[in-house]
Order: sequence, then structure tokens, then C-alpha cells
Amino acid sequence: MTEGSSDTMVEVTRLTRVFRRRGADDLTAVDGMTFRIEPGEAVGYIGANGAGKSTTIKMLTGILAPTSGSARTCGLDPMRERRRLARRIGVVFGQRSQLWWDLPLRESFDILASIHGLSSAVAARRIARLTDLLDMGPTLTQPVRSLSLGQRMRAEVAAALVHEPSLVILDEPTIGLDVVSKARLREFLIDQRRDHGTTLLLTTHDMGDIERLCDRVLVVDHGRLAFDGTLAGLAGTVGVGRVLVVDLDGPTEPLHGIPATQWQGSEGGGIRQRLAFDPADTTASAVLAAVAERATVRDLSIEEPDIEEVVRRIYTTSG
Amino acid sequence: MADLRTEAGPRAGAWAAYRSILRSRVRAQAGYRVSFATDIAATVLTGLAELTEVYVIFHNTPRLGGLNFDAALLVFALANLTFAAADLFLGHCDRLPTYVREGRIDVFYLRPLSLLGQLMTSEVSLRRLGRITVAVVVLAIALVRNEVAPTPVTMGMLALAIVAGTVLLGGLFVAVAGLQFWLVDGREFANAFTYGGAYAAQQSSLVFPDPVRIFFTFVVPAAFTAYLPTLVILGLPGGDFADPALAWWLPVAAAWVWLVALVTWRFGVRHYQGAGG
Repeated sequence: MTEGSSDTMVEVTRLTRVFRRRGADDLTAVDGMTFRIEPGEAVGYIGANGAGKSTTIKMLTGILAPTSGSARTCGLDPMRERRRLARRIGVVFGQRSQLWWDLPLRESFDILASIHGLSSAVAARRIARLTDLLDMGPTLTQPVRSLSLGQRMRAEVAAALVHEPSLVILDEPTIGLDVVSKARLREFLIDQRRDHGTTLLLTTHDMGDIERLCDRVLVVDHGRLAFDGTLAGLAGTVGVGRVLVVDLDGPTEPLHGIPATQWQGSEGGGIRQRLAFDPADTTASAVLAAVAERATVRDLSIEEPDIEEVVRRIYTTSG
Repeated sequence: MADLRTEAGPRAGAWAAYRSILRSRVRAQAGYRVSFATDIAATVLTGLAELTEVYVIFHNTPRLGGLNFDAALLVFALANLTFAAADLFLGHCDRLPTYVREGRIDVFYLRPLSLLGQLMTSEVSLRRLGRITVAVVVLAIALVRNEVAPTPVTMGMLALAIVAGTVLLGGLFVAVAGLQFWLVDGREFANAFTYGGAYAAQQSSLVFPDPVRIFFTFVVPAAFTAYLPTLVILGLPGGDFADPALAWWLPVAAAWVWLVALVTWRFGVRHYQGAGG
């Protein structure tokens, strides 16, 4: 037994996974990783493609065996106690479906309730609540294959929550979703966490997911933990500022001296200019108002830092 | 925390879960009536084409491997019936690489049910009912033409052959599923055992040279599903390594196939997880 309270949701100790490859060097996908996740935390698990995120999740859920070290999820050994663990966790893989594509959505929920041994009264109540919260009423009678991506992802999340797991693991839950679908899914997860104390662990390429959902961030690089701390700490380390891009009426002097911004450059003799700011210090509207005092803004866009960029900066600062 | 699960024990709960999965598979296929009907028609035609092959052979030779046409019909009927029934329930198992590629195996891991149980119940191929129908009709014709008397021995052997023969061939599908965790392009190799075994089951064992006959009797015991029971039902003498008395060992042959199947599955899963093996 590893030390630590049985309440700990995830406890990973020197976890290592090596893939032996024919005709190539061994690949160490996860390399001596150690971290813990306590009940009620919401943790973002980010890193470049191939950094070891999916491999870690597979070891936490019993799909892959560790090469060395140990993983305990909900106090259980995922390899030996997979079935018990399956009753306590809900997992959403953005790229693989746990729904039956050729059946009406409602039937997938019913089958999953039966798989988890829920009585029909309990199942009906939970399915009704999830359907209501995720606004899926009209889609229940549609075959899963005819759902839009946004509808399907909401259905996947509901399917993973039918048995009220205490830990929910989401692998790229918002990939490919439009802005509205993303927002709706995030709000649902925030509510779920607030109302049920559900622990969240999610991998994502979307900085917005991290900012709105997570209070802790793990950054993984080449199978090692490169950062473990709060979002504010991450921002302090690498900066997660926005960039306001404005298209102006005509060639304009560089917009130096706008409060709480940094001028990043211009194109076309100053027709398009870029201003970086941190949402903790100012707001987009304040910056825009200050710009508008100096020139006429014809068009604008706001760039959020993408997660690759944040990760790259972490990699260079920690490397 | 209140226990919100059903009163029944975990095992009963698992059976209920498998039943609801299987029922959903039946509903899904029966739901598309036109494609269901054409699928059935296609498997009827396949069954008839293979029957024609038997007819053509015996049009050219009165006896083959110690069987006349009527006896060969009985072998054909039993072999087709058991294989089509096994295929109906477990034929999808040999598509394991597709399950792996589509991530369906990973999803199985996330449910509180056995992996093999989930694979086995993940599909039923109702279109095989077409071929089963052909086999049942041919079986009835064969029993009449061979003037089989309904004694305890003939009827007992017939029932054993149908039930245990289906179980045996179903085990072959599961065995090749386990193998395909290792073999990257294992489909052809797998089919050599399943469809190869089914083909061998349709023949009189005596058409094969000794090593092949021994292989299909004691290693991949396909001869147990149709040829050996036919010897008992029709009172035929058989030959070397094809003694009619062997037929009563059919349950043992089926158990052997399932033992191998469970071992290959277990090693296959361990290989998939990378836990040695």
C-alpha cells in the first residue's frame, strides 16, 4: 500500500510507461511522474501532442499497465480493481464514443444505466436531470449517428455521468466544438462540480477550458511534470495574456503608451497593430477605448494564447 | 453513501446488462427492414451456393471419403447450422483489430463488466438466420432421405452435435480474437482457423491425409461438429483417427477449444495492456 489517505482521488508515484517498438528505440511516454489530486479539485492536464497525457489517463483507468511506479485512482489499483473503479469514475474520450451509434440516444443511456446496475427509477431520474441540464430533450429520440458534434459531445458527457462518478476524466472534451457548445459544456461541468463536489481531470488544447474550469494545472513535457500549480502561477511564469489586434483607418503611429498594454508590432505602416494585455490588469473594452481616442478602429480581433504556445514557454523556462 | 443499485447481486446485474446490450443489437438490425431483408437473402444465396458445390461433387462421383450424397447432405447441414449459429452470436469477435482501432476496446475497459463478456455481446449478426434456415431445411431433407430412425442415440447425437458443435465453433472465433491482439494484420491468419475450420467441418474427414485429419480432429477439432456425429447418426464405420465413438467426446472437444480461447484471450489482453506476456 502506498501512503496517503484513501480519500485521495488520484495518487501517482514515480509512474513510468515505456513502449517497446519494433525496429526503433524504446519510447518512454511517461517518465517517473508523481502527483496527487484531492477530492473536489479541477485539474487541467496539458502538454504537447505525444507528451504523455493519454498514456497517463490510460494508466489511471486500467487500460494500460505501468512499466514501473504506481497509480491509484479513487484509492483503487486500476489494473486489479478495474471493474470496481469503473463504477466510480466517468471518462469521456473526445475521439472515441461510448454511445451506440445506430440507436436512439435515449437507449444508450438506458443500456449504460443497466450496465451500472441502476434501478429503473434511479436511472430515469438521473437521465431526466442530465437531459435537462444539458438541454438534450429533443435529441433523445434521434439516432446517435445523426447528432451534431456539439450534441454528441454533450451526450458523451451525460453518458459518463449517468452513474454519478466522483471522478470525471475528460480527454479533449471541447475539441472541434463551436463557441456556444463549448460554453454550454463548461457551464455544465462547473455546475456539476459545485453541486456534487465532482473531481475533474481534463486534458485540452483550449486555454479557455483551463481558465474557466480548472484551479490547478499540470503541464507535462516528454513524460515528465514540467509545471504543477495554479492557473495564476502559470500566468505568472509564462504569461497568459490576450492580444488585441486592431485594423485602423489609415497608417498610424505605433500605439505606445496605452495603459496596461504592451505594443507588439504593426503591419502596413501601422494600419494593423497588435497590443498585448493581461485580463487581470485591464479589460478589452478599456484598451479599445484608449485606442479609439487616437485612431478610428475599422475592425478588431482578440487572440487568446493557444495552449501550444503556453506549453512551449513552459518548456523553455523549465528546460 | 446509499446503495442505489438493484437488489440483485453483481452477477445477476451483469447478466441483465448483457441482455440489454444484446436486445439493443437485435432492435438496431431489425429496425432497418430493407437492408435486413437483403442481408438475409444474401446469406440464403451463400448457403445455396455451397449446397450446389456438394451436389456438383456427388454428381461426378457416387462416394467421397466414405460418404454418399445423402450422408454428405447431413454433414453439410450440421456443419452449416453450427457454423452459422456460432457466427450469428460470436462471428464479430474476429474483427477485434477494428474494435482496437475504433477505440471500442478502450471503452470496454471503462465499464464494470468483463472485457470478453462485452466483446462477445457487442454484436449479433441476425443476417446469419438466412444461412441457418438453409441448413435447417437441408437437415430435415437429409434426415428423411437417410431414413434416420428417431432413437435415443440418433436424436441425442443430433442435439449434442447442434448445441456443442455451435459452442465449439464459437470458441474458435473467441480464440482468434485473443490472437489478434498480437498479430497486426491477423485477419487472414484468423480466418484460416475459423473459415478454414468451418470448411474442413463440411468434409468427410477421410478425404484428408492423416496429418490433416489429425489436425482437424485433435487440434482444431472441426471434425467433431458434423462428420463424427454423422457417423453415429447413420451408423457408418469411419476410419483411422475417425472412429464414430469419438463423436461422444464432442463436449470435451468444445471445452478444449474454449480453454485455448480463454488462454489466448487472457494473454492477448495482457499484451494489449503491456503487462508482460
